[in-house]
Amino acid sequence: MAKMQALMCRECGKEYSTEAVHVCELCFGPLEVKYNYDDIKEKMSRTSVETGPKSLWRYKELLPIEGHPTVGLHAGMTPLIHARNLGAYLGLDNLYVKNDCVNHPTLSFKDRVVAVALTRARELGYETAACASTGNLANSVAAHAAQAGMQCYVFIPGDLEAAKVLGNLIFRPKVVEIEGTYDDVNRLCSEIAGERRWAFVNVNIRPYYAEGSKTLAFEVAEQLGWRAPDHVVVPMASGSLLTKIWKGLNEFKKIGLLKEVSTKVNGAQAEGCSPIATAFKNGRDFFQPVKPDTIAKSLAIGNPADGYYALKTAAESGGAMESVTDDEVIEGINLLAQTEGIFAETAGGVTIGVLRKLAKQGVIKKHEVTVAYITGNGLKTQEAVMNSVGRPYRIPPSLVKFEQTFGQRGAS
Amino acid sequence: MKCPSCLPLPVEPMAKLRFHIRFPEEKIPEPIIYEIGHEYQVVTSIRRADVRETTGWMDIELSGETEEIERAIEGLRHKGVLVDPIELNVVE
Repeated sequence: MAKMQALMCRECGKEYSTEAVHVCELCFGPLEVKYNYDDIKEKMSRTSVETGPKSLWRYKELLPIEGHPTVGLHAGMTPLIHARNLGAYLGLDNLYVKNDCVNHPTLSFKDRVVAVALTRARELGYETAACASTGNLANSVAAHAAQAGMQCYVFIPGDLEAAKVLGNLIFRPKVVEIEGTYDDVNRLCSEIAGERRWAFVNVNIRPYYAEGSKTLAFEVAEQLGWRAPDHVVVPMASGSLLTKIWKGLNEFKKIGLLKEVSTKVNGAQAEGCSPIATAFKNGRDFFQPVKPDTIAKSLAIGNPADGYYALKTAAESGGAMESVTDDEVIEGINLLAQTEGIFAETAGGVTIGVLRKLAKQGVIKKHEVTVAYITGNGLKTQEAVMNSVGRPYRIPPSLVKFEQTFGQRGAS
Repeated sequence: MKCPSCLPLPVEPMAKLRFHIRFPEEKIPEPIIYEIGHEYQVVTSIRRADVRETTGWMDIELSGETEEIERAIEGLRHKGVLVDPIELNVVE
């Protein structure tokens, strides 16, 4: 029996064949992959994983592809670092950082979801990859499409920073700047996805694409020595990543790779775009959409598709949600860099800022095994910290001047 | 002049477009979906909804000629309703 049984509506449970559909025809709820876990349990063991490829494909039995992976063969298996310095600063003895800043090939966790999405898209016969994006996703889709020999269309708002546009153009996709706002790009992409036979990774391929995020849970559990952490702190944009980390941990338990999962799943947002965290703090099970206004642009989704499910996950797992100001985001980026030598993008600053709050509030206890997810590289959002890192010392090429600036040898 | 409800239903082939719409608190008591069905030549089909005292949303399908659906969407926006694709934000 195939490991993928169907696509199933998360609301009404209606099932569909595993094609490129993403919305239930009956109730318009989102679709999710339904697996045959009994079959997977037979094929997947700790040993089979440990002897698998050094990439996310070591977990391919729990990923939504039918054959062998063909795109993004080197994505995943990023370092899990025991963050002793940052832990000491925050009063946490067992703090870990999952560092997707160094994911292959485009330095963000999007390389995971795109590897899965485009492998599945090719299985479904697609020759063109597409996405709507403001940064990391576009970079990853363009890079993977280039490697896979697929045509590629990337849709971006017309006022995007030059560096981000360049980061797409280098891979030679068709970069389409839309004269309008994020909302206009969003609406147009949704319409185009209905008209063209393209693999729009975050529209019609979304049920498969989102599954790639589970590998962030799988890897952490394996890297911790086959145990689930007590806490995870996860940045939230659409909310999908947080729900998939929870799903991934529970799948490992379901097939017997983990004995116990009592992880508290905590969500992090920037105050300038915190519809999910605000709803959580107000004790609501629904969120009010917002107009984003934050430097954490990779998290700036005002009307998050998985916001409702993220709220449900936090409640179910006993986790919390918090938000931080843009100043706290910058402090978080600097703190991680200065304690652990990791330069994270703004989303990482959000995660560290919220981690700091949760530790201070006593939500995360000193001894608890805690994993903070750092999902993108700071080199992509340098403008965010440009004014907070100081300037180089500028001196003439003179030993005297050097010693005047830094003191005599042996003096310090 | 014919009343809007007496106008003939749209003929095939019809487009069917799906939207997620949200009502601000002050619009919740208004029969907006009823009005749209009468003011424009579109058929409205509500698939899921959650309407409370202070907030409300619906997942809705509009059937009709594409241009008429677009006019109906503009009409909804004019009435203060927020209209998004059924997928919500896909830009990320």
